[in-house]
Amino acid sequence: MQGYKIWVFALALFLIGGGLFLYKWRGLGYPLLPEEETRIWTVEATLQFDAGERSMPVKATLHIPGLTPGFAVLDENFVSRGFGFTTRLVAGGRQVQWAIRRAKGPQTLYYRAVVYKDPAEAENDTTPPFPTAPVLGEPLDTALQELVAQVREQSADPASFTVELLKRLADSTGDQNVGLLLAGEADPTARARTAVTVLAAAQIPARLMRGVNLVDRERQARIVPWLEVHDGDRWLYFDPATGAQGLPENFLTWWRGDDPLYTMDGGGKTEIRFAVQRNEADPVLVAERRAQTVQSRIADFSLFSLPIQTQAVYAVLLMIPLGALVVVFLRNVVGITTFGTFMPVLVALAFRETQVLAGVVLFSLVVTLGLLFRFFMENLRLLLVPRLASVLIIVVLLMAVISIVFHQLGLDMGLSVGLFPMVILTMTIERMSIVWEERGPMEAIQQGVGSLIVAAICFTVMEIDVLKHLFFVFPELLLWVLAICLLMGRYSGYRLLELVRFKSLAAPPG
Amino acid sequence: MLGLIGKLAANGVVGLNERNCQYIMRYNPRRLYPLVDDKLATKRLAMAAGLPVPELYGVISSHREVRDLPTIVAAHRDFVVKPAQGSGGDGILVVSARVKDRNVYRLVDGSIMGEDDIEHHLSNIISGQYSLGGHRDIALVEYCVKFDATFAEHSFRGVPDIRVIVFRGYPVMGMVRLPTRRSHGKANLHQGAVGAGLHLATGRTTYGVTGNTTVTEHPDTGAAIAGLQIPQWEYLLQFAARCYELTGLGYLGVDIVLDRDKGPMLLELNARPGLNIQIANRCGLRPRLELAEAEPAGASVEERVAFAMNTLATAAPALN
Repeated sequence: MQGYKIWVFALALFLIGGGLFLYKWRGLGYPLLPEEETRIWTVEATLQFDAGERSMPVKATLHIPGLTPGFAVLDENFVSRGFGFTTRLVAGGRQVQWAIRRAKGPQTLYYRAVVYKDPAEAENDTTPPFPTAPVLGEPLDTALQELVAQVREQSADPASFTVELLKRLADSTGDQNVGLLLAGEADPTARARTAVTVLAAAQIPARLMRGVNLVDRERQARIVPWLEVHDGDRWLYFDPATGAQGLPENFLTWWRGDDPLYTMDGGGKTEIRFAVQRNEADPVLVAERRAQTVQSRIADFSLFSLPIQTQAVYAVLLMIPLGALVVVFLRNVVGITTFGTFMPVLVALAFRETQVLAGVVLFSLVVTLGLLFRFFMENLRLLLVPRLASVLIIVVLLMAVISIVFHQLGLDMGLSVGLFPMVILTMTIERMSIVWEERGPMEAIQQGVGSLIVAAICFTVMEIDVLKHLFFVFPELLLWVLAICLLMGRYSGYRLLELVRFKSLAAPPG
Repeated sequence: MLGLIGKLAANGVVGLNERNCQYIMRYNPRRLYPLVDDKLATKRLAMAAGLPVPELYGVISSHREVRDLPTIVAAHRDFVVKPAQGSGGDGILVVSARVKDRNVYRLVDGSIMGEDDIEHHLSNIISGQYSLGGHRDIALVEYCVKFDATFAEHSFRGVPDIRVIVFRGYPVMGMVRLPTRRSHGKANLHQGAVGAGLHLATGRTTYGVTGNTTVTEHPDTGAAIAGLQIPQWEYLLQFAARCYELTGLGYLGVDIVLDRDKGPMLLELNARPGLNIQIANRCGLRPRLELAEAEPAGASVEERVAFAMNTLATAAPALN
């Protein structure tokens, strides 16, 4: 009965921890490994103009990314000295408006966005209403009707309709209607614009959109037109130049519709430039941001929401349960005896600063000198608590002296001795001296060495980078540690060292 | 290694984890621990039940009372000082003689302790240096057992004691612990005493163990370990079996000493008895524990001892 309960409980902990872990890893994209990095792109739009010789009011608007399928905006900022700015939603997406009462000479306005890939982003888009049929006036209306009829004849659904239409638009020489509708313009933007009109006549919602291709580094990125068609279910994307369906791999939508990218009121010699730069970013940052955008409560409970110093504390604290698990294993499964149950974990924490070898040397040094002092004090006949306090004082003094002497010798390792847990050292010295007197030096040294070995193993496990990263990013994994601990609490098999102890009992029955 | 585990399991050797998990946690309710962890409580309990114990000369329960020691032991030549809540024999002083006017004490292992030394030791006991959780403790001053002539050849200066594991009231295994020079006259195996297995049916010693290794002779006296007959064996088993009713603890180590003049006396009880008894007997505990576990509750002391001597003794023969 007991056994059955413990398995159910452990399994529940395992599933809860594992479920949370999987959701954060697969769903929110928290990184599994510390060295993983997420690609981010910085896109900068530079709007330059000349405000002229005389100070005069200037007003400029610029479309900025709003709805960006496949990408999410991590951060954006506006650099515009002296200008007031507001952002607002317009038909084509979002727009920033810069304004200033008096401006003179050349001016530069910057918009900078940091974006990362996020496949979930497209799903935020809405289903558009059916478009109203365009009225262009004759003879364009007739040409439109004929073209729609022809294309509809050779297509089955909005997607194939669009492909067929774009194919016809690309070849303006063969078809009179197409030539008429394009009115002599044959660049992809014009084709996409015409396609939107024809699609509207065929009752298919469509949008012209413009964006930039995100490459590793480009100082003069081009604005690329694209065609968006809604098939009643979701948005489909087409290249107006080739008629190919789909978005390029790294296409960042900048704005939609036929409105100009920017407007300038009061300035002249306006010029706009796009620059793209790829960077690597801490994936945790991106995952946190993503969790916020999908409104997940997980991010609110994340350790990353804490101040940096507190985060550093928890990065250490979260490894202590793992050290405790190692102690449980070494004591109950291997059978090593130590001074004090969790003393090795605390010593292992001190090893973080000193590293193992120096830590073992310093620890042995302090304990040996402390023991000598403790044996000397035995002659003074002190009561227990004053004696413990005296040993504590001696330990602190020893640590200070060791630091100074090592520093004088030019050895850095002595400086970190101050991080040893003094109270734990004091108790270790006290218990070691009692074991020394009651059970003999062999047993005392054996237990002391055992404690150090356990501490070194704890340290090694607690310093594994992957584990440190995992426990900090996925603290729910502590539930796994708890589950394993519970199960080890019911382990009733032999301890490894008992096999040595009882070896003589492995003989066949007499 | 797996082969070793298999052989040990087949021979019914009980490990620490199994002892804790299957026997101590199941059969020893925690509320009963104080009865055995406090030797004064055990002594009172045993006296109330009519079991003989070493006579208590006095109790020192505060630092102020340390000075009363000479008064307490004024009428006695030898005595024992022990912490009431000590474990594993730590902190026990056996004083074999006293120089009356100078208050200098001679210990059983031959060393000398001044009044200062012994007072310091007493205050250490009271401060809790030897108690299980480091709590304040009290020191018991009691009768020093004169060991029985049976053990004249088998003991170095101390008093041997007999340890019987009693499970659900059934004595399942016994050994006698013989002090050595290394153990400073104390009868604790991990302090260097020799443990000798006892045949459960006859009370005769079988094999010896010191630490975890087997021995055939006493390391100091050279006497053969095997073949020593413990007197009054059946009575001793009944004595041990009665401690089950005394405490209610299902898995119990009973330590009995044989006094030359006063016969068997209860020395102490242990709720977490060690497992080296298996090495001394060259026999695993589990087969006997399982047999005793299957017996219905409510058998009388005599019935339980008869069951132990007839059935348990032959259930698992000693190993080669």
